Amino acid sequence: MRILLTGLGTYFGSKLAQVLERERSVELVVGLDTREPVLPLEHTEYVKADSSFSILERIVTATRVDTVLHTHLVVDSTQASGRALHEANVIGTMNLLAAAGAAGSTVRKVVMKSSTLGYGANYTDPYFFREGTARSRAPRTRVERSLLEVGSIVGDFAEDNPHVTVTMLAFANILGEHLGSPIARMLRLPVVPEILGFDPRLQFVHEDDTIGALVYATLHDVAGVYNVAGEGTMPWSEVCSIVGKRRVPLPPFLTGLAVEPLRAARLVDIPPEILALLRYGRGVDTSRYREAGFRYQYTTAGAVDAFAQGLRLQSTVGRREYRYERDVENFFRHSPAVVRDRS
Amino acid sequence: MAPEPVDRTTTAARVLPDSRLAGGELVPVPKPPASDDDELRVGDVDGWGRSERVRAIARRLYDPLYRRWFRVEWEGLEHVPKEGGALLVGNHAGAIPSDAPVIMHGIETELGRPLYGLADNLFRLVPVVGTLWSRTGGVPAHPDNAYRLLHDEQQLALVFPEGTKGTGKHVSERYQLRRFGRGGFVEIAMRAGVPIVPLAIVGNEEAMPIVYKSGRLAKMLNIPYFPVTANQFVFGPMLGLVLPFPAKFRIKVLPPVHFDAAPNQERYNRSVVIEHSDRIRESIQNAVYDLLRERKSIWAG
Repeated sequence: MRILLTGLGTYFGSKLAQVLERERSVELVVGLDTREPVLPLEHTEYVKADSSFSILERIVTATRVDTVLHTHLVVDSTQASGRALHEANVIGTMNLLAAAGAAGSTVRKVVMKSSTLGYGANYTDPYFFREGTARSRAPRTRVERSLLEVGSIVGDFAEDNPHVTVTMLAFANILGEHLGSPIARMLRLPVVPEILGFDPRLQFVHEDDTIGALVYATLHDVAGVYNVAGEGTMPWSEVCSIVGKRRVPLPPFLTGLAVEPLRAARLVDIPPEILALLRYGRGVDTSRYREAGFRYQYTTAGAVDAFAQGLRLQSTVGRREYRYERDVENFFRHSPAVVRDRS
Repeated sequence: MAPEPVDRTTTAARVLPDSRLAGGELVPVPKPPASDDDELRVGDVDGWGRSERVRAIARRLYDPLYRRWFRVEWEGLEHVPKEGGALLVGNHAGAIPSDAPVIMHGIETELGRPLYGLADNLFRLVPVVGTLWSRTGGVPAHPDNAYRLLHDEQQLALVFPEGTKGTGKHVSERYQLRRFGRGGFVEIAMRAGVPIVPLAIVGNEEAMPIVYKSGRLAKMLNIPYFPVTANQFVFGPMLGLVLPFPAKFRIKVLPPVHFDAAPNQERYNRSVVIEHSDRIRESIQNAVYDLLRERKSIWAG
């Protein structure tokens, strides 16, 4: 199995590469990103590429990869401007799939990491979205619009390329000690914001299950769209008390206006799609991926608890990060002095 | 949560002098699998937002209203299944309807089973109220929610197919049942493969009758109806919006309606659905008339 991985510069991408390069059936992992990997990797090849992946077709042809793992969708709108987000999500996916579907392409499998953010959060929603459930209201934020657009691009690709197994995993809010999603950032604050009078049901997936779900889709043939989330939902108030944080209420009316000074003061940036989540919450039906054979290690409660444990550890020892050193990495990968024995 | 076995068999037409379960814990119903992380949790809010602890407090507070104010009397309670999913369907009335809390309280205390009340999702928009509504067993009446409750979790759910057309009736139209939506409740029950248990309720109309409706104000406030109730003349404009009259409640449970349609179908024959819907509406309407024939006094029953 020869794998092309996008988003190597994120924790997920790097962790995924780390897990995959240990798999016996995996021959090669080529990782693309604008940023350098954040974890030490043994023999994954890192290619610096712009986020719209314009050089992709050349890489696909040159490396003859058979599997494309696209983990580079931006779902945290605080991390990119609207334009950059559109560029990375919509244009990036378009270029990636164009390269994968080009004449003579060796690609036979595409796995996408997407988000349940695409379902939105609204008072007219069902409590548990199924994979086929449409949004009840048109998306208003850029990140949600781009995710929907990506969904339809991927759907078209799957239809046009029946010989390619296309898997799209929609992840619920991911929690883990290595991670900085908007929700995780809020939970790291000394006091956690809530919307006065609202206590929404939320659902989480642990970062290890996220990796596991992507690896499972890579190694097995599971075509289609799947929700990935820990079993069960939990009210926001309970999440905060498990993490051991007090809550501060935001006003229920004109909430968007109220968070503006917080953002300007760089205290916390809560984008509109997360405010909607804090008001109405979201749950998804997870039976489909379980029926496809995937086994979770964590429920929603388990993921929250593991996150709380990680926070407690970090409050004592701090967060440790790996710094990518190009020369050191190249030495380990290519120098004849290093003894490489994989068997 | 201490499981308290309830072995009382309910007989027809019995008054409920004691409610041992009122305010106590309900018998826990089997939960869907993979919730073995329960010891990690600090709250007991389930996937529907319902909290048994909050429900227990609500039952304790509501019990005097249920027993002394409305003096609720049931008939045919044995028709409500003790296990497995079922959709309870009743007639809806009163500006701020008391029928939903009365039925939920009655079923939970008598049968020891949770009952989820399907209602308009507008509740979710209101701060505090929406959260309390959800904690006490209110669930937005979305077909997916109903299916999951009834089929996947085999729970009891309560629905009023008349919706706000039933509660927004003028007092002169009392006990004249409105259209039962488009029969969606029949389709849900068919898909979930559960029976429908029809309920005929008397007393809900007189608990809070609407004497005047302002269409213009309702439109301005974007609510289904803007009522002036008889209660407001007696109790004052504010208290009259929340305090019902002590009308005697009688609830007759009709035999469950089973469908011979195959469950889990994408769609069901419209004419069959409408026919069932009309028949159920008809049976509730007739049972309501029967109860009214038997009723000698609005207040004493």
